[in-house]
Amino acid sequence: MSVAIKRALLRAVAVPFPSGGGRCCTAAVAQAESVQLSKEASLYVHWPYCLRRCSYCNFNKYIPKADNGSVMADCLQRETETLLRLSQVSRITSVFFGGGTPSLAHPSTIARVLETISRHASLPEGAEVTIEVNPTPVGRSRLKEFHQAGVNRFSIGVQSLRDEDLKLLGRDHDSQHALQTLAEARRLCPGRVSVDVMFGRPRQTLGSWERELSELLSVCDDHVSLYQLTVERGTGLFKQVELGQLTLPAEEVMAAMYHSARTLLLRHDFHQYEVSNFARGNAVSRHNLNYWKGRQYIGVGPGAHGRFAPLGEGGAVREARVQTLEPDFWIQEVQHRGHATRKRIPLATPLGLLEEVLAMGLRLTEGITHQHWQVFSPEAELYKVFGTFPDVENLLLNGHLILDDRGLRCSWDGLALLDSMLPTLLLALESYMDR
Amino acid sequence: MSLSQLKQGCKTPLLRRMLEFKVYKRKIQGYNVTRTTLRHRWIKRLPVFSSGVQTISTQSDKDAIDLSKFPVERIRNFSIIAHIDHGKSTLADRLLEITGAIVKTERNKQVLDKLQVEQERGITVKAQTASVFYTHQGQQYLLNLIDTPGHVDFSYEVSRSISACQGVLLIVDANQGIQAQTVANFYLAFEAQLTIIPVINKIDLKNADPERVEAQIEKVFDIPREECIRISAKLGTNVERVLQEIVERLPPPTASRDDSFKALVFDSDFSHYRGVVANVAVFGGQVRKGDRIVSAYLGKSYEVNELGLLRPHEHPTDRLYAGQVGYMVAGMKDVKEAQIGDTLYHQQHPVDALPGFKPAKAMVFAGIYPMDQSEYTGLRSAIDKLTLNDSSVTVQKDSSLALGAGWRLGFLGLLHMEVFNQRLEQEYNANVVVTAPTVPYKAEHGSEEITIVNPAQFPDRSVVSQYLEPMVNGTILAPDSYIGKIMTLCLNRRATQENMVYIDDHRVMMKYIFPLNEIVVDFYDLLKSMSSGYASFDYENAGYQAADLIKMDILLNGKSVEELTMIVHRQRAYNVGKAMCERLKDSIPRQMFEIAVQAAIGSKVIARETIKPFRKNVLAKCYGGDITRKMKLLKRQAEGKKKMRRIGNIDVPKDAFINVLKRTEK
Repeated sequence: MSVAIKRALLRAVAVPFPSGGGRCCTAAVAQAESVQLSKEASLYVHWPYCLRRCSYCNFNKYIPKADNGSVMADCLQRETETLLRLSQVSRITSVFFGGGTPSLAHPSTIARVLETISRHASLPEGAEVTIEVNPTPVGRSRLKEFHQAGVNRFSIGVQSLRDEDLKLLGRDHDSQHALQTLAEARRLCPGRVSVDVMFGRPRQTLGSWERELSELLSVCDDHVSLYQLTVERGTGLFKQVELGQLTLPAEEVMAAMYHSARTLLLRHDFHQYEVSNFARGNAVSRHNLNYWKGRQYIGVGPGAHGRFAPLGEGGAVREARVQTLEPDFWIQEVQHRGHATRKRIPLATPLGLLEEVLAMGLRLTEGITHQHWQVFSPEAELYKVFGTFPDVENLLLNGHLILDDRGLRCSWDGLALLDSMLPTLLLALESYMDR
Repeated sequence: MSLSQLKQGCKTPLLRRMLEFKVYKRKIQGYNVTRTTLRHRWIKRLPVFSSGVQTISTQSDKDAIDLSKFPVERIRNFSIIAHIDHGKSTLADRLLEITGAIVKTERNKQVLDKLQVEQERGITVKAQTASVFYTHQGQQYLLNLIDTPGHVDFSYEVSRSISACQGVLLIVDANQGIQAQTVANFYLAFEAQLTIIPVINKIDLKNADPERVEAQIEKVFDIPREECIRISAKLGTNVERVLQEIVERLPPPTASRDDSFKALVFDSDFSHYRGVVANVAVFGGQVRKGDRIVSAYLGKSYEVNELGLLRPHEHPTDRLYAGQVGYMVAGMKDVKEAQIGDTLYHQQHPVDALPGFKPAKAMVFAGIYPMDQSEYTGLRSAIDKLTLNDSSVTVQKDSSLALGAGWRLGFLGLLHMEVFNQRLEQEYNANVVVTAPTVPYKAEHGSEEITIVNPAQFPDRSVVSQYLEPMVNGTILAPDSYIGKIMTLCLNRRATQENMVYIDDHRVMMKYIFPLNEIVVDFYDLLKSMSSGYASFDYENAGYQAADLIKMDILLNGKSVEELTMIVHRQRAYNVGKAMCERLKDSIPRQMFEIAVQAAIGSKVIARETIKPFRKNVLAKCYGGDITRKMKLLKRQAEGKKKMRRIGNIDVPKDAFINVLKRTEK
């Protein structure tokens, strides 16, 4: 990675609303980054199994029928290998083990996947390697081995510090377990532990949420992800809400919870760098930043998504790729042909790619810098595309959106309303590209 | 929610609610109502000989019918009139069976009601004629049953049919007694000076109380109770007696075979193969195949190609004689050539034209738009075809910024509108948005008078000496325990009470004058629900009255929404405006800023609702695996946004307009 880019990245990461460089030199930097772009990727590994189903989760996960840990390990290794070769990337910038419950995987599986990566591409020393951990006694007991296998960042699904709520959410841990796991993780990877916490839970009030978050802030490390509970169709929770057995906080209360959390976190020196992510100092998630910055990523494992430009076939057209969802079929396909890519959708260039760069980039508090935009859109700069579209002008005028020398981004209030603005911005982009 | 679901969802209640809604107008008419599909599906008939009944109605004697054997003295022309569900069609089925016109089977249900809409709703939309032979005291009679629609909106059909009759059977349910429509039907027949035979039907019902109903008939219609015939059309009880009474009590037609040929066209059908098939009542002389006849209206002459009886299928004969009723095909190629109410005569023997019918006036207007503009052409052709069969519908092109290009159609009444829309859907598979109905207002300035159908044409107060609104005479029959509630409802609808009489110990008949506008949307539903279904309602037009009308605008953040502008009575402006604002509030999605929904008269705001802005609208988790799904959703929203109507800086989905403009089901 060039020094300039590294610096740019560091700056982007360190300051919530960084001041951009001069526009004349951004072009050169952007070009360099663009070249780099196709050679690098991050890598996501999906572990599909859970011990139980959480009442709010509609994610791709399975309760394992039998211990097939070693088959899974073989196949994850095999698919990693195949996809790395297909993608032709020379460097993996970060790895993330998600799920499911990846902390159920044997640490040796993690080690083997990481070794495979190193064998087929460079995985720089110190590159971020994260695993999601369920804060159960079993999860905690494995932290050390995960660390030894090469994991250097833990993301812990604390969700709540209220035991009755954990029960309601169908979690298999209690607050004590969470605190112990958190402490152990911090001991192993100080400054590189994240906690997930959920607000907008049934019966939660603004006051109780603020107290809980304060408690959490007194014990957590330098990274917090906070999510509003979304009740998805087909979940146990959905049914209970539907039947009126549970009531969720009103929309206004939800908004107030989000707002107060942002304020509280800021007061504790956590800067918000994305809609749901907060970091102290330099502790941002490099891996997740990659998604929001529109960079390549490879998805390995059942149902994993990837976005990269595969080998050959008319050069570097980036594809959205999805692996086979169901673990048993996924295993069969990987054993049969080395990978289980089920769907490949070429992203239309440049519109399709730019749409994703826009929608994902604006989730960041720094938004889309001119330089970042130029990497993907060398010809049409942000001002040209968005500056004169009447509906976007309205957004700029009422202060929800900012377009200035640094780039395009949401204001503090605007970030909470991003999804109301994106359709307008996408129309502006489409209308520009049509010209 | 998809629009087709929406339409689906509202169909049933929409139909139900209309079943008893009927208006009648006296002697208005002149439509070319023609149909091509009627009368082609009659069950093949076999000779039926039942005791006491002799019939010559068989296929084999088809050519043997010699109508000259039926002088006027042995002809009776009659209609059956009744409130909905009192058993008109069942009695018709029985009469046809007993006289052998149709085979007696279990399937004979509403055999004269052929349209899908008629069968489904249990109503008659289109008049039918059936000639039967009946032997009474050794004499064979020709009885012509001219089936009439039982509903007010179709009273143009009723009065046409009645013009060819000398008497009616007035059916009253032995349990329900006199209902609003019974009253309307009675007066229609009474004013046409027809002989009325009251028939009390459904005496087999457990709760039948024929004595009470006879008393009601005596009190309300001044017909001696002894004249009522108690029957059960369902079981056939006493139906034979109805036939005897028809012969004995009804007068024969006053027509003479010795006069010159003169016939009234009282209905017509249109067939693509044969052109116009006219239903005629012969008022004098005779006509036969090959005669040259003239239409008094157009002065054009035609050759009679075919004529005969409707039994109820077409049964060709040689001639038709004075007093008889039948069909005629005479080479008329255009529906407009067969004017309903026209007089036909022999080319060599001109006669004075019969009085004929006045054209009906559309009293209820509604916008009809294709669900999707791509369906415009298809819908246009469907409307063209339907209006060919029902020229009482007026058609005007219209367009709405929200709903696109469409039409403003005028109907005789609400049921007429419902039936038309149902036929559009059923027979032409059209997918339409129907806006809430409005009525034609008028504005006067000096001697000038203009009719205002569209609020956009509403002239300013300053150039108008007065505004006028259409009025109706409404009749409500209900148990007396609901009097208070009904009076309050009517008062709220700006109605004036004319009178109120007890028709028996517990039931009252109330007469009101209503502004038509007050009853076209939800009046009948409210009346039904507040009376647990016991009240019945009927109305007839009662001219125009001066009214304090104003134009009301609907504003979104101060910007007027043109397509929602409406004409209201000053007294009702607040309620209507408030309701509009509430419906809009529920239909416009929240946006990033607050939206004020206001109803205003001139610059004065009279009602307001506020749509609160979003305080948070952003997906919480959006990582590598979420991008595809999120992008799909965003793209869909962006596409949807393109189709929205922009008012100021507010995006209003088409659905919102549909929700506000379309008729409600409640």
